[in-house]
Amino acid sequence: MKQDGKETEMSKVFKVAVIIPCHNEEDTILNLITEIKNTQYSHHFVIEPIVINDASIDQTKEILLNHHVKFIDLSVNLGIGGAVQSGFKYAYRNGYDIAVQMDGDGQHPPAELEKILSPLYNHEADVVIGSRYITNEGFQSSGLRRFGINYFKWLNKSLVGITVNDSTSGYRALNIKALEIVSQYYPDEYPEPESVILFSLNHLKIKEVPVIMRERLGGKSSIRTYKTIYYMFKVTLGIIFLYIRLKFNGKRHII
Amino acid sequence: MENVISYRLQIIAITIALTFMLFIFRLIAKGKLREEYSFIWIICTALLLLFSVWRNGLDVIAGILGIYYAPSIIFLAAIFAIVIFLVHLSVVSSRQHKQIKDLTQEMSLLKEKLESEKEKK
Repeated sequence: MKQDGKETEMSKVFKVAVIIPCHNEEDTILNLITEIKNTQYSHHFVIEPIVINDASIDQTKEILLNHHVKFIDLSVNLGIGGAVQSGFKYAYRNGYDIAVQMDGDGQHPPAELEKILSPLYNHEADVVIGSRYITNEGFQSSGLRRFGINYFKWLNKSLVGITVNDSTSGYRALNIKALEIVSQYYPDEYPEPESVILFSLNHLKIKEVPVIMRERLGGKSSIRTYKTIYYMFKVTLGIIFLYIRLKFNGKRHII
Repeated sequence: MENVISYRLQIIAITIALTFMLFIFRLIAKGKLREEYSFIWIICTALLLLFSVWRNGLDVIAGILGIYYAPSIIFLAAIFAIVIFLVHLSVVSSRQHKQIKDLTQEMSLLKEKLESEKEKK
């Protein structure tokens, strides 16, 4: 009996929403969607790309409409955090088992999807972060960004005691337990390092897996060099206050 | 002569205070200013009016507090009030930021739902 239960559990098909926040990416978005649809996945997963059109002012919306891509259309520009959260809310409310965040600029190859999905399928983790710094393969980024990444690694480790090599990576998968939490609260600007604290203080298991990333095909990084100082300052404040809020006020005052 | 000048000044001060109060009341009546914000402005105008009528008021209060130069109370109180009000406005704007975000998300999700229902039919 027990054996049977386990078997049906293991052979369950997971509905996966691939959430692609997208702001003025008319050049690359269609390529990415085609690539996601053409990639072969194991039969455990049903992969569905969902684009979040974050009030693009170029032809993005028309392209999505013409090619019948499922998308969520934000009428006000919310920035990366708000856009991604809309996708998380959508996935959480519409019966998806897993949501994956994937950048619209082509940095995150769909071929690597299965690597970040399988720990969720095997119940090894609640959140999986794809990191380019575990094996150092593929496109690596600039020195300044690496300094920032090491700084956040240190900050996360000293606060919650877990090591995430690349907490700035936006290529991550969340199961339903994690989706419930991010539907309630998700940081606005530069949410990635901050959400690591959010996950671990909510007792979610985080796992980091190595993925190979590409150089962006188009668009700009949300982190430009002259903004790095502001970014570090803002995220540090965000992390510290989120830590205080969750640690000392309990979950009810999360908002 | 001195008295005439200071009475003239007092009349000007009272007129300004009353005009300001009228202006605030008009804004509330027209629905351009919410009552919760008008509260602080009504208190401000009331204080303005009080001190333009009660001419020795400032000196009396300065005496009680032991402040040597009476007009500095005005600056102290005004700066303090302005800082508190600015913090209050930041809180309001942060709350509205979150509300706008939530509304935008809910609206976009509803739009998507509507579209997918349409396609089903």
